[in-house]
Amino acid sequence: MSPAAALAVVIGLEIHVQLQTASKMFCGCAVTFGAPPNTLICPVCLGLPGALPVPNRRAVELGLRTAVALGCRIAPRSRFHRKNYYYPDLPKNYQISQYQYMDHPPLGVDGWLEFAVDGTQRAVRIRRVHLEEDTGKLIHVERDGVVTHTRVDYNRSGVPLMEIVTQPDLRSPAEAREFLVALRALLQYLEVSSGRMEEGTMRVDANVSLRASDGTFGTRTEVKNMNSLRAVERALAYEAERQAEVLAGGGAVVQETRHWDERRQVTFASRTKEEAEDYRYFPEPDLPPIVVDEAWVEAVRAALPELPAQKRARYVHALGLSPYDAELIVRQPRLAAFFEEALAAYPHAKTLANWLSGDVAGILHAEGKEIDEVALRPETLVSLLRLIDEGRISGRIAKELLPELVRTGGDPAALVAARGLEQISDAADLQRLVDRVIAAHPEPAEEVRRGKERALAFLVGQVMRETRGRANPELVNRLLRERLRG
Amino acid sequence: MNPALLPVADLLLRLRRRQLAPSELLAACLARIEALDGTLRAFLYVHGEVARAEAKRWDQAYARGEEVPPLAGIPVAVKDVIATRGVPTTCGSRILEGWRPPYDATVMTRLREAGAVLLGKTNMDEFAMGSSTENSAFGPTRNPWDPERVPGGSSGGSAAAVAAGMAPCALGTDTGGSIRQPAGLCGIVGLKPTYGRVSRYGLVAYGSSLDQIGPLARTVEDAALLLQVLAGWDPRDATSAAVPVPDYREALRAGIAGLRIGIAREGLGEGLQPGVRAAVLQAAQVLAELGASLEEVTLPTIAYALPTYYLVATAEASSNLARYDGVRHGLRVEGPDIVAMFSRTRDAGFGPEVKRRIMLGTYALSAGFYEAYYLKAQRARTLVRRDFERAFERVDLVLLPTSPTVAFRLGERVADPLQMYLADIFTIPVNLAGLPGISVPCGFADGLPVGLQLVGRPFDEPTVLRAAAAYQEATTWHRQRPPLAEAGVGGPAGGGRA
Repeated sequence: MSPAAALAVVIGLEIHVQLQTASKMFCGCAVTFGAPPNTLICPVCLGLPGALPVPNRRAVELGLRTAVALGCRIAPRSRFHRKNYYYPDLPKNYQISQYQYMDHPPLGVDGWLEFAVDGTQRAVRIRRVHLEEDTGKLIHVERDGVVTHTRVDYNRSGVPLMEIVTQPDLRSPAEAREFLVALRALLQYLEVSSGRMEEGTMRVDANVSLRASDGTFGTRTEVKNMNSLRAVERALAYEAERQAEVLAGGGAVVQETRHWDERRQVTFASRTKEEAEDYRYFPEPDLPPIVVDEAWVEAVRAALPELPAQKRARYVHALGLSPYDAELIVRQPRLAAFFEEALAAYPHAKTLANWLSGDVAGILHAEGKEIDEVALRPETLVSLLRLIDEGRISGRIAKELLPELVRTGGDPAALVAARGLEQISDAADLQRLVDRVIAAHPEPAEEVRRGKERALAFLVGQVMRETRGRANPELVNRLLRERLRG
Repeated sequence: MNPALLPVADLLLRLRRRQLAPSELLAACLARIEALDGTLRAFLYVHGEVARAEAKRWDQAYARGEEVPPLAGIPVAVKDVIATRGVPTTCGSRILEGWRPPYDATVMTRLREAGAVLLGKTNMDEFAMGSSTENSAFGPTRNPWDPERVPGGSSGGSAAAVAAGMAPCALGTDTGGSIRQPAGLCGIVGLKPTYGRVSRYGLVAYGSSLDQIGPLARTVEDAALLLQVLAGWDPRDATSAAVPVPDYREALRAGIAGLRIGIAREGLGEGLQPGVRAAVLQAAQVLAELGASLEEVTLPTIAYALPTYYLVATAEASSNLARYDGVRHGLRVEGPDIVAMFSRTRDAGFGPEVKRRIMLGTYALSAGFYEAYYLKAQRARTLVRRDFERAFERVDLVLLPTSPTVAFRLGERVADPLQMYLADIFTIPVNLAGLPGISVPCGFADGLPVGLQLVGRPFDEPTVLRAAAAYQEATTWHRQRPPLAEAGVGGPAGGGRA
């Protein structure tokens, strides 16, 4: 038994989400990914002497939307604070953030998020949702593997971030991953953030500890530098195992920050001697409190889109999807959008869901892409399915065409016509083929005459082979039976 | 008469009547700077060439009889803590030496749109921390009334420039009295507007919740003219107020009959120089004779204002001044690693008073001390504000001395910070409460100017200005000029061509 199994894993997450705004948190500079260094800057996000921050109302609105969707209590008056520390990527040497202190609550507190793990519903409590500004980026310049100097790019400085902090309610690395999938879906439905860990629009830090069977919590470590969902799961599993081994060996877990090394697949302590940093938080005097009245909260609530839980329920109860298919589609908002667009033109939800959760999902997985990153359009899939329904192609042909349609798009009907893939449903044509197959395979034919079904399937298969899948299988079946059984 | 010595209102009349050209006015100012500033050191930077070009443009506009903006052709001296695009802005500190901001403060944009001409940048206590302008890294400014004495601070350069007739008017900033106290000590008018009345965008922050920009001038009317241009909501400053801006000059005409003025008992207590007391009481008498009713009010928590201020302002300063690290602007002293670069830069770049206040503020915000210091100071601040609110239930204005003493000698208080801090004891409470306050000349003690301070309700600058204007109308203190200014230096008198 692995040492970790003896103790319960306790995980809490801190998620930084880049908000989808046109401009930065406290100035008018554009938020754009990949611009040349230091081209999206101004006196404010550069922290020049005399410059002052002005809150981006849109960012506050997006934070509010998230807090409301997470069922948080909304602070009627919340404040920004200064978090003071020196670092060259932080132009003012303080970060404008929201600190929870006495009569200064953050934007939202005490919410929760439901999500599914292996078909069971779980809920994680949300401690708080708050807004802050991002830092710039350090670019270390190396020569022969040695850092010679460091450049700073302030394009990211002041980009709006939302921090979501959970209670330590997660009980396994897999659960943490599923929670993040559900949170990402929520953020995408809310159009609050693209939530892409690989691009850094969603960044996750985790607090991990082990809980003894008597319920006492162990010392926690903070794990950082996890750049994908898979990395989160693996890093947390590694860290839980590591802590268990330390304890099993009679040692003590040290409270520290550990970084995930993706290449070596281990966590390592970033600083051995960590003094508790004193950030000297105090209310940001340059910004008045954020005042959110009941009317604003209600307006935000009323404008919320259909949330994942509601969508899942509708798919199962109104559309008749299996809970599995419903979950698979709902957790991918772009797939859900595709599904609903297709459904509007082709009202067979289960058929659509089967294709999306089966063949389409398989191809996307193999390509490592999401539905909106490939050429397949909802109307393309619908055209394909209609060709089957009309008996013009077999399901097998449809499946053969699908990978190409996903990758390059196109009109399925035209493709079928150009390649001569139309189903052969002419009885006279097929009769001649059937006779030829029977003549070529006398033994299976004899077995069919004696009533063996498996032999019949073999003969059907032979006809299909001859026609490269184009024969109407039901018709072939009937013709064979008529010939051999009279 | 030398145009550099005339009030702005008179200058505007002469410019419009084409009795004077903006270039002549500018030349007179530059000549006086040339003649006097070697002694006084009011300016850190004189914007001569650009100012001459701008003045020339206004020459033409006036000559053609064009419609011109309200301050067209008026030279303004600007405290070096206000960001001026492309023009050095040092805040009186080595750490910003050579820094030319790539942007203009909102007040600079407004002045420019009003036609004012930037004359130069004035000396100040480093980062506005001080009451004597001795904390400037570039040497102290001297008082035109007695060059052996300080002009007050931290806007000492602006006050001395106006008092000595080197500039007709100036901008200062006031965090704990830095406009009013030097105005008082130099015998001119200084107005600190209500917090939020004037945009702070481009004002290099000291104590963000206390800082305000305001005018220094020779008359109340001039202060009103300038405030008219400076005041108003600014989308770049989230703490600026969306309160309509009244016509301040119009408000001056109403007189003060029936106005209720409260004499703060705490303003006349121990520690007040007898000559200052006499001048202030006599000024109150003048106001009464003009029709105001006087009564005594009490501001009991004023006793806590000084320590409260030195916690709030220094806490904010410790964070505001963190950005001077050598990475992006100003001084950089290299070191073996980034932390060494930070500390070497800051060690070399900041003067002792700035370091003292950064340390005080850092301590006040530290874990374990926050409640005892910063938070308690915030509560005390609320009490100070309530004292004023209670007073304003009974009176329209509160009257205090601007400063407990007249200008002190250079070096006299340098070794004793607490003595220095006491110079602002009557001005600090007004910043803590966020109220408008003005200092007007009200006499002399030992041959040095005394300032009378009038404090109003939030955004009630009209009443503050109107009482101060009525007082000036009835007195001649503001027409007294320091001997050095009367010397007739710097160009021909009477508006002749330079």
